[in-house]
Amino acid sequence: MRLIKLLLFFIGLAPILVFAAADIKLDKAPIDTSDNASLQRGAQSFVNYCLTCHGASYMRYNRHQDIELTNQEISERLIHTGQKVGDLMLTAMKKKEAEEWFGVVPPDLSIIARSRGADWLYTYLRAFYKDDSTASGWNNLIFDRVAMPHVLYQLQGQQVLDVKSADDGKGGSEIKKLKLSVPGALSKQEYDKFAADLVNYMVYLGEPHANFRKKLGAIVMAFLLAMLGLTYLLKREYWRDVH
Amino acid sequence: MSKQENSMMEWIDKRFPMTATWRAHLSEYYAPKNFNFWYYFGSLAMLVLVNQLITGIFLTMSYKPDASLAFASVEYIMRDVNFGWLIRYMHSTGASMFFVVVYLHMFRGMMYGSYRKPRELLWLIGMAIFFVLMSLAFTGYILPWGQMSYWGAQVIVSMFGAIPFIGETLSNWILGDFMLSDAALNRFFAYHVVTLPLLIIVLVFVHIIALHEVGSNNPDGIEIKANKDPKTGIPVDGIPFHPYYSVKDIFGVVAFLIVFCGIIFFVPEMGGYFLEYNNFIPANTLQTPDHIAPVWYFTPYYSMLRAVTVNFLWIDAKLWGVILMAAAVIIFCFLPWLDRSPVKSIRYKGPIFKFALTLFVISFLVLGWLGTKAPTPLYTLLAQIFTVIYFAFFILMPWYSKIDKTKPEPKRVTK
Repeated sequence: MRLIKLLLFFIGLAPILVFAAADIKLDKAPIDTSDNASLQRGAQSFVNYCLTCHGASYMRYNRHQDIELTNQEISERLIHTGQKVGDLMLTAMKKKEAEEWFGVVPPDLSIIARSRGADWLYTYLRAFYKDDSTASGWNNLIFDRVAMPHVLYQLQGQQVLDVKSADDGKGGSEIKKLKLSVPGALSKQEYDKFAADLVNYMVYLGEPHANFRKKLGAIVMAFLLAMLGLTYLLKREYWRDVH
Repeated sequence: MSKQENSMMEWIDKRFPMTATWRAHLSEYYAPKNFNFWYYFGSLAMLVLVNQLITGIFLTMSYKPDASLAFASVEYIMRDVNFGWLIRYMHSTGASMFFVVVYLHMFRGMMYGSYRKPRELLWLIGMAIFFVLMSLAFTGYILPWGQMSYWGAQVIVSMFGAIPFIGETLSNWILGDFMLSDAALNRFFAYHVVTLPLLIIVLVFVHIIALHEVGSNNPDGIEIKANKDPKTGIPVDGIPFHPYYSVKDIFGVVAFLIVFCGIIFFVPEMGGYFLEYNNFIPANTLQTPDHIAPVWYFTPYYSMLRAVTVNFLWIDAKLWGVILMAAAVIIFCFLPWLDRSPVKSIRYKGPIFKFALTLFVISFLVLGWLGTKAPTPLYTLLAQIFTVIYFAFFILMPWYSKIDKTKPEPKRVTK
C-alpha cells in the first residue's frame, strides 16, 4: 500500500512540473465553422492576402459550394489567377523565387489548422512585432524569427515588444507584452474579428467535410442507439432458457 | 428446411463438409455459459480486422506509394474521393481500436488464466497475431508520409542499427537504401497490403481452430469439458455458440460501434492520439520535429526504450533499450509457464496476484502516458521505476503465484 501511495504521489506530481515550463499562453480563437458569412469573409481574405505566397493545393475552388458560394461567385470573388473553378488552389509564387526571397518555401496552408490548431493560428496572426534584427524586419511572439513578414501590418498597424522583468522572487522571469505603436486601418476589435474569420476559414479548409461529418454522425448514432435496444431485446429473448 | 434445400445441402455435403463445419464451429461448438463483459473482445477484434481489410482495399485504390505523391494522395482521399474521409477515418480509427480490443482481449486472458494448460499454444498463436499486428501498425503508419510517419519510422529503424556488427547492414537491407526513402515506402506498402494481412488472416484462422480444439476458458477458469452430460456427451455448463453467443456478440458489436462511430464522426483525431497533429505536416527529411512520439499503442514500449540511460556490462544504453523493448513484448509468451498457481482465474487467486496484476496494469498505463511526453529527468526516473515493475510482474510470477493463498475452485461455473 505504501508503495502504491508513493507511486500515486509521483504521478500526481508530474503534471505540475510539466505546466510550470509551459510556453506563452495561446488566445482562444473565437470561431464557428457553421457561420458561413464568417467563412466567406475568411475565404476572401485568404485569397487576397495568403494565397500570393502560400498554396492551399489540396483544396479545389468549387469546393466552396460548401459555404454557400455559387460557382459564379467563386470565379468572380475568389479566383484571381485565371484558374478554372475545378482547379486546385495553387499559389502564384514559384518555389525557387520563394527560397531566394524568404530563405524558405512558405508552407502549404491546406491543413495547417490541423497541425497547428486554431488557437495557435489566431494568436500567431496577432503576435507580429517590429524587430530590426531580423531579415524581414518583423518577428513573432510565438514563432521566434519567423521568415514571414507581417503581411497584414496595414490592417493591424505596427506592434512593438515590451519586456518587463517580473521579480516574483523565484528568479528573473520575463513578461513579454505587445504594444501598438503605429495604428493600422482597422481597430483592435476589427482586426481581431478579421483574424478570427481568417482562422475560421483555415479550420474549414483543413477539413471541408467536417460539418457534414458531424451531421451524418448524429444520424448514425441515432440508428445505432435504436439497434442497441433491439439487439439487447433479441439477446434476452434467445437467452431466456439459459440458467 | 424444404426438400429442395435439403437435397442442395446433401449435394454440397458430399463434396464439402459444409454442415459438419457449421456444426463443429457454430451450432454445436459448446462455449461456457458464464462469459462476461471481457469475452466480447475476441469477436470485436475480428470485426475490426474485417473493417481494416475492407477499408484498406478502398484506400489502396486511391493511395500512391511514392514519397513525392503519398501525402497529397491521402489528402485527395480526404477531399475528392466520395466518402473518402469516412473510409480513411474508419481505417485510422480502426488501427487504434484494434489495439484497444486486443489489449483488453489479452488482459482478459491474464485475468482468467486463459493461457494455462491446455491453452498454451492458443496463447502463443495469439502472441504471433499480436506481433503481426504491431508490424501492420508500423508499416501502415509510414504510408501517409507525414512528419511523424517519417521520424517515427526513423526511430524504429535506428533500433535495428543498434544491433552490434550487423546493425547497419541490417537496417540498410530493411530500408533498401542508406536512409528512409521512397524505396522503403514502397516495400513497407507491399508488406502492409499483401504480406502482413495474409499472415494475420491465416493466424487468426489458426487461432480459432486451436480455440475450438481445446474449448473456451471462462471467468471461473474451470474446464467445462470435465463435466459432461452422460447421455449426450455435451458439457452441462456449455451452450451452443450459435445462436446464444452469436446474438450476444451482435449486441456487443453494436455497443462497440457506438464508441467506434463516436470517434470517427466526432473526434477522428482523438485529441492527437489516433491521428497525431504533426502528421498533418508532410515528411521533411531535413527537419526533425522537436518531440517524436509514436502512436499511443506503442508508447509503453517506447518509454522502456528511453528508460535505459546507462551503459551496462559491455552493451551500450541504446542497445539495452532495444533489448528491453523486445523483451517487454516477447515475455508475454512465457506466461503459461511462469504462472504456478493451482487455480487459473483471478476469482480464486489470492491477494498477491490481484495486487501484482493491478500494479502491472498501472505500470503499463503510466509507461504509455510517459511515452507520449518529452523526456525530463523525473519522467525518465518514473519510466525506470515502472519498467522494473512491469518486468517484475513476469519474472517474480513463478514465486508469488506459488506462495499466494488461493480459494478452492467450484465444480460448476458460477454467474
